[in-house]
Amino acid sequence: MNNVAATELIFELSQPGRRCHRLPECDVPPVEETAQWLPTCYRAAAPPPLPEVGEVDLIRHYVNLSTRNMSIDTHFYPLGSCTMKYNPKRHERWAALSGFAALHPLQDEQTVQGILQLLYELQEFLAEISGLPAVSLQPAAGAQGELTALLVAAAYFRDQAQPQRRKVLVPDSAHGTNPASAALAGFETVTIKSTPQGLVDLNDLRSHLGPDVAVFMITNPNTLGLFETQIRTITDWLHEVGALVYLDGANMNAILGITRPGDFGADMQHYNVHKTFTGPHGGGGPGSGPVAVRDFLAPYLPVPIVVREGDRYRLDFDRPKSIGRVHTFYGNVGILLRGYCYIRTLGPEGLRQVSQQAVLNANYLRRRVAQILEVPHPGPCMHEFVASARRLLRDRKVRAMDLAKRLLDFGIHAPTVYFPLVVPEALMIEPTETESKATLDAFADALGRIVAEDPEHLRTAPHTTPISRPDEVKAVKEPILRWHPPSATAAASSIADAPVVTTAPSSNPEPHAHPAG
Amino acid sequence: MAYILNTPEEQRAMLAQLGLEHIEELFAVIPAELRLQRPLQLPPALSEMELHQLLEGLAQRNTSAAQLPCFLGGGAYDHFIPAVVDAIASRSEYYTAYTPYQAEASQGTLQVIFEYQTLMCQLTGLAVANASLYEGGSGVAEAVLMALGVTGRHQGEVLVPESLHPDYRRVLATYLANLSCTLRVLPTPAGFLDPDDLRQTISDRTAAVVLQSPNFFGHLEELTEGAALAHRVGAVCIAVFDPISLGILQRPGDCGADIAVAEGQGLGIPLGYGGPYLGILACRDDTAYLRRLPGRLVGQTTDRQGRRCWVLTLQTREQHIRREKATSNICTNQGLMALRAAVYLTALGPQGLRETAELCLRKAHYAAQQLTRIAGVELRFRRPFFKEFTVRWPGPTHSLPHQLRQRGLLAALPLGRWFPHLHDCFTLAVTEKRTRAEIDALAAALQDCLH
Repeated sequence: MNNVAATELIFELSQPGRRCHRLPECDVPPVEETAQWLPTCYRAAAPPPLPEVGEVDLIRHYVNLSTRNMSIDTHFYPLGSCTMKYNPKRHERWAALSGFAALHPLQDEQTVQGILQLLYELQEFLAEISGLPAVSLQPAAGAQGELTALLVAAAYFRDQAQPQRRKVLVPDSAHGTNPASAALAGFETVTIKSTPQGLVDLNDLRSHLGPDVAVFMITNPNTLGLFETQIRTITDWLHEVGALVYLDGANMNAILGITRPGDFGADMQHYNVHKTFTGPHGGGGPGSGPVAVRDFLAPYLPVPIVVREGDRYRLDFDRPKSIGRVHTFYGNVGILLRGYCYIRTLGPEGLRQVSQQAVLNANYLRRRVAQILEVPHPGPCMHEFVASARRLLRDRKVRAMDLAKRLLDFGIHAPTVYFPLVVPEALMIEPTETESKATLDAFADALGRIVAEDPEHLRTAPHTTPISRPDEVKAVKEPILRWHPPSATAAASSIADAPVVTTAPSSNPEPHAHPAG
Repeated sequence: MAYILNTPEEQRAMLAQLGLEHIEELFAVIPAELRLQRPLQLPPALSEMELHQLLEGLAQRNTSAAQLPCFLGGGAYDHFIPAVVDAIASRSEYYTAYTPYQAEASQGTLQVIFEYQTLMCQLTGLAVANASLYEGGSGVAEAVLMALGVTGRHQGEVLVPESLHPDYRRVLATYLANLSCTLRVLPTPAGFLDPDDLRQTISDRTAAVVLQSPNFFGHLEELTEGAALAHRVGAVCIAVFDPISLGILQRPGDCGADIAVAEGQGLGIPLGYGGPYLGILACRDDTAYLRRLPGRLVGQTTDRQGRRCWVLTLQTREQHIRREKATSNICTNQGLMALRAAVYLTALGPQGLRETAELCLRKAHYAAQQLTRIAGVELRFRRPFFKEFTVRWPGPTHSLPHQLRQRGLLAALPLGRWFPHLHDCFTLAVTEKRTRAEIDALAAALQDCLH
């Protein structure tokens, strides 16, 4: 973490004439018409001004840089809502098999029967786990899965001649992607309140139900880590007014083999394969966000779907009611493949144990944290819980962010802070099933020590990381979004001089808020 | 059980702390009638060795570009990936980290993304690049959404030529389905959009013109003229480019494009049966654009001791702050793929990128020359091309991929699936990896298919 050998940018290491990759001589004879076929007016005078480095420069730079990260393989990473569980090494080996990694997406179907079989079986697995029978693997991320499902809902209501259904209801504790996806799909969003207990406020929900409601997007377990115990009532109400229920599947890690969205009344859901089924998070992605829906919504799913005919598999494009495509090809197959491997490794009993252990770890840690910080909602929780530093702020002027930063000094990645928005000074903690009791105890011990520390020491934390408390206001007011060569800096793009009209983040903690991917 | 550390004794101790005896009691809040009363119907657990054998079996049921020379294109290309790309991308400090919300714990990822943003600016000739989108098709859709916002022409038209990748167009149509704008497709009978046709169609209702160059048929568009026409009516010019081609072709920014989008797969990302890939998006130096840029951005700043460092910035554009008013719903990006692209471009450098592009160009033209020597075979369009081109074939094209596969090649993308009027055509792509012997074998195999 404290490696100082990588603080230069790759561009600053550039030496004219240095090279890493070398290419072979051209082995085809020159074609006379080449020049004629590519007239000079299309040609660039010089190649793009990329950095020039040797292989040793390159490897040292990027290897040293990698050590300036916290990661699951090096640290406990209890980032709430993100399900930062261990990423098995065997998955990396299998995804790299050339029989998968070197398949062109437009190959003849006869030459890709193995991968089509895998994808078909994964569709079946995801249908069984959700209790929703029709699956599209195409969405590249959870947010794209949400968008896909909402476009499916819109197409369904258009088909049902119910264009008046313009509203999507979203609880105030929902991920930001929910309202953003609804807006992108052309819907109006209506926010539904939560009760002091952290569940959907049924009175507020009922007051918004009517013939103009298209979809209720619900996260269950919700972002406070609580199971919506009234879920069956909620889904019944929505169905009574002819609306659909969408389940944000971000928190599936709590309920695998324990309860199924299809059984509690959801009509559509997305999965986050990179969370629940441990596709590695990749420093921000790639994710993978398959959607599962009820039978009557299946005709609207994106094309193609993998179908089986006898012992052959093929891509079915002939689906006239389909919303079309959301991805150029078939989705993030490499991540889907890892999800398949995970499900095959664990089997039905193993998946159930995943959720049991995730929930046990969360409740155990919740109990220990509740002795240190306020945990506003009654337990038991599911796979995660939300603590509040509200009292610390009131009594000692220490914020959730200060605790998060100080935890880094103890070798622990910070929890998600300032999300969900309904809890002041929130710390959202998701330990996952792959951590041990000893690790959870170490977290609680560290937190216990931290809250007793000198507030000034906390406000200036972290103290052992490569950098501390970057100036985020400056980053917004004087945005520098790329490197410029020194000689060009003075005359650099006016982006550097022209502040973007946005709110400065320092006084408002929300910009740190929340991960949902 | 795989990946769980707590022993039964530890579990009992943890439950005891919670005043519970059995782990099932934790789920008592879930109404009993909603709890699944049977095991999931999934295949039983497999050991690593068993699953390894099963997956090797599945992999062997495929025929890959690692076994046969691949001349397929259509948005995914068999370019060479230097070992350094895999070496860096398999560092688990990168691939097991997440979005760098905590800057102090994520300087590695943040600096890589800042470098990636810079590399994309250098590559495209534009001023700002985001920290990546999912892939090419949804990248085009995001660029169009941006253009609608920049121009304010939400009820206007989006012009796309038929020569834009038809599946990019399909993704775009899906994204625009419930919005008020109109997607208008312009025919390209000559294999590219004739600027005169664009001139007659474009108007002050046009929000965006999308030009892919090289286009789906492999041919170059008149990008500079298209951009000028777009600007004359206050529309946004979106250029879709092939990153490898920029080793020799003019950069979209230098041609006047306002937004440049690309499928980044060619930059060190395995074919992988279509994903995960990388959506590249760069735009010009204009706050109206910057405010509407989708996804994450990394910026440079200093820490409390004055040290240069990097943070996620301008987040008030994003869904977790702005919710329904956000510029897009994107939350995950393609961080690991952006890392691959950054390492790839750094490994090649300017000279390596130019040489790679030159090899593609020369080999593709050699292939075109060899193929058109076959009686009855000709290039469908007389237009400049880079590494991909469209062939008119004197026989049925739908069975060609299979016939060529039997002759040891992955080649020929019949166009009838997307363009019924081009049912007698297919495209071929020739990367730097293809040897003269492979190209000659392709010509011989095609000759053979005619007999």
